Amino acid sequence: MTLIHFAILLPVIAAAGIGILYRYYKKIHLGWFVLPIPTVITIYLFTLMPAVSNNQVVHETLDFMPRVGMNFDVYIDGLSLLFAILISGIGALVVLYSIGYLSQKEKLGNFYVYLLIFMTAMLGVVLNDNVLMLYLFWELTSISSFLLIAYWFNRERSIYGAQKSLLITMFGGFLMLGGFIALGQITDTYSIRGMMAQIPAVQESALAPLAIILILIGAFTKSAQFPFYIWLPDAMEAPTPVSAYLHSATMVKAGLYLVARFTPLFAFAELWVWSIIAAGLVTLVWAAFNAIKQDDLKAVLAFSTVSQLGLIMSLLGIGALAVQTGAAEQVFTIATVAAVFHLINHATFKGALFMIIGIVDHETGTRSLKKLGGLVTIMPISFTMTLIASLSMAGIPPFNGFLSKEMFLEAMFAIGQADFSVLADAAVLFPLLAIIGSIFTFIYSIMLIRGIFLGKKMPATPKTPKEAPALMLIAPAFLTLLVVVFGLFPNVLSGSIIDPAAMSILNISEPLNTEIHHWHGWDSPALWATVAIIAIGTLMYIFRDAWRPVYRLGSDAFTLNHLYDQGLIYSRLGAEKITDGYMSGYIRSYLIYIFGAFVIFSLITLINTDISFDWGTTAPIALPDLLIVLIILAAVAAILITRSRMVSIIMFSTIGFALSLLFVFFRSVDLALTQLAVEAITTALFLLAFFHLPKRSGNAEPRGFKLNNLMISAAVGIIATVIGLAAYSNRLFDSISQFYIDNVYDLAAGGNMVNVILVDFRSLDTLFETLVFAIAGLGVFVLLKLRVNKEGENKFEEHP
Amino acid sequence: MKSTLKKLGYNRVHKQMNDVFLKYTAKVVFLVIITFSINLFFSGHYTPGGGFVGGLLAAGAIILLLLAYDLKTLNRMIRIDNKRMITAGLAACLIVPILLMFFGNPFFTHQHMYLQLPVFGEVPLHTAVLFDVGVYIIVAATTLLIITLLASEQFMSDSEGADRE
Repeated sequence: MTLIHFAILLPVIAAAGIGILYRYYKKIHLGWFVLPIPTVITIYLFTLMPAVSNNQVVHETLDFMPRVGMNFDVYIDGLSLLFAILISGIGALVVLYSIGYLSQKEKLGNFYVYLLIFMTAMLGVVLNDNVLMLYLFWELTSISSFLLIAYWFNRERSIYGAQKSLLITMFGGFLMLGGFIALGQITDTYSIRGMMAQIPAVQESALAPLAIILILIGAFTKSAQFPFYIWLPDAMEAPTPVSAYLHSATMVKAGLYLVARFTPLFAFAELWVWSIIAAGLVTLVWAAFNAIKQDDLKAVLAFSTVSQLGLIMSLLGIGALAVQTGAAEQVFTIATVAAVFHLINHATFKGALFMIIGIVDHETGTRSLKKLGGLVTIMPISFTMTLIASLSMAGIPPFNGFLSKEMFLEAMFAIGQADFSVLADAAVLFPLLAIIGSIFTFIYSIMLIRGIFLGKKMPATPKTPKEAPALMLIAPAFLTLLVVVFGLFPNVLSGSIIDPAAMSILNISEPLNTEIHHWHGWDSPALWATVAIIAIGTLMYIFRDAWRPVYRLGSDAFTLNHLYDQGLIYSRLGAEKITDGYMSGYIRSYLIYIFGAFVIFSLITLINTDISFDWGTTAPIALPDLLIVLIILAAVAAILITRSRMVSIIMFSTIGFALSLLFVFFRSVDLALTQLAVEAITTALFLLAFFHLPKRSGNAEPRGFKLNNLMISAAVGIIATVIGLAAYSNRLFDSISQFYIDNVYDLAAGGNMVNVILVDFRSLDTLFETLVFAIAGLGVFVLLKLRVNKEGENKFEEHP
Repeated sequence: MKSTLKKLGYNRVHKQMNDVFLKYTAKVVFLVIITFSINLFFSGHYTPGGGFVGGLLAAGAIILLLLAYDLKTLNRMIRIDNKRMITAGLAACLIVPILLMFFGNPFFTHQHMYLQLPVFGEVPLHTAVLFDVGVYIIVAATTLLIITLLASEQFMSDSEGADRE
């Protein structure tokens, strides 16, 4: 446990305290107590920066499950540190902003606990070297995102959005785990460093394409790339601080992180490079195009985020070409630098925009572009910030978005220099797509400024608009300031954080010494592209009414959302049909399925393996054993004959007690003890459950003889006996019990082997068993409670 | 036994069967069983016993009280919310291995030591015991949760439960 492990886990540890604090103390806004946590982490991470800038790495291991190869292996290089600072830094700003945004009446405890869990999860994703741990934290981000989207859980849209995001990102995450396991199979390690050391082995392996596809699906679902982007617009149902934090600045960038992290490993593969570039560009254009159609401000920003993520993704793809061809190719290295730079820029201007739109929503009561307009005189500060951030997003000088956008365009023009074997003629397509995407970006950026603040003043907002309180303005103002500072002095960033990050993506050790210029000369194609984007964009914006009808083409039935909804509906219907097909509602038919399956599978196994019986090893049958077996038989016979439930229950207990007696004779005291306790409690349970059974007992009248049941029961008996005997006669391998006998005292300092196995040697199993036990108990509780409530009478009374 | 069964649903009559012998014995036996259960729990590391059996026995002891008295009385005697206990037990089970990690051990690598105490002599201390406490609580609380719930429903819907045998 080192300081860095503690820093990662600090939010989740603090979450416990915050949750308890909120229960008992509500006078001061909970956010003030949360604020120090991300702030402290940010400061701590900044102290690591000088070392990382000098090409050093921080590597600390904490053993978690060493046998499985799953260790909490923190590895900090430029890339990880960049992400970690973004996560904690923006986290601090978002918490500050949320203090103004969320009123004291909301369930603040839930909000901040989820947010803190998310912080730990996200830090865990970007700072881990072990892919299994990475996966663990990755899924935790999905879960906390789900909880935060569903924060206002009485709204139907929130539930829908939360479910959608969970289904899509978890689907991707699960496939990604498959990819990690495939990689683990190839390289025999789960450490990313370890995998990087074995690139030739990965190159040769037939599993590599599979691993690439699976990991890319994971990255694309998380980073909302086409066609998986559909969850992100629906995720906007979350409170605005969450949208600014998770769904714009950090979580959706986890996919980018993953791609960047695995670029050195997979860059050899054409599949990797071209799927990333293609997915990125398609997403860029498609989402930017769709953003213009939106009316809800947050939806505009959601599509804009998707599109910008596509932009960064495509840059990472081109950067991978640099790794493939060797870092000598200066033009492709630029792409990686641009990717990192734009990642930072996007976090600043998009974070600011989200917060301002939250302010507009908060102060006017609406987010609809149709209902807003002319707010410039009322909200001058918000207007200034929107102006700067939007222009940066549109790629207008001198803001930071302009710089990275120009580098992006340059990289796209440079792609023609790549050694295409497949796509030689398509090279012109890439800059074209980039320009089209940028034109749409320009249009919606202008739309934001003009739609909210300029134009005619709209009288019909639900609330009377006013400028937001200073508390809410601090965070977006800080981000806007960064937009300007990074725009004017980009080289503040380049040496300290961009270069180290780009170097880790490219996996090189010689310094890049990047210098970012505003002016690239008259002959730079990117300059003319920017001029063209601004000119065409302005024209298209002015004549927008002429081409907007384009959006009405195409029917709803062909959208991805429609596909998702139908898929959801039909999978539920299908599952219901299948379930209704065999769930008769009678326990006896389920028992027939269970035992029938048992008989069939056991028979297949028994026939396919040659078994022999060795009667020499079986114990002699002593008189007490025989007596007990006779008692059991008599009890069974009594159950079959009797018509009284009471007698059946007592006979059942008799069987159990007799069995525990049998255990005593075989000297397994632990089993006997447990069996006795279980038997006593089941009897009580039976007696109670008894009451709920229907009046007429099935035993009340004689029933017809059923051949099926006889055959199944006889087969189960015979097969169980055969398996028991066969298992005892054929020892295929040494029993593990000797290990326990040898080590029970030395390793676990215990005397009772059974219990030592339970709580020490195999305690992980026990942990999950207790979990299953608790879930089963709560399940029974819910089922019984539900039944009572359904009847409309006998409302279940909570007993203390 | 018969009076107990009556209260478990055989009698439609609300008359409380006041079985003095059962009630009195139950109290005494309850103490015996609980003591035994705690003994089993602690001795589990060296001799038969452990968290699971101990928890079951504790549940059994409380069920005995439930049979001898009724749910209302039981709730007055023992004011414990079983659902919360389940949470507490799960938390104990999870916190022990996590705490072990804070001291530099891999997940679930238990630590032990021996203490020399004046009267008891050498007393072993083992972190596995803390984990077992969680098991004990979960087993006892879950069992009780189900059984008291069944009993409470039975208690409420007494009128419809006529003519059960």
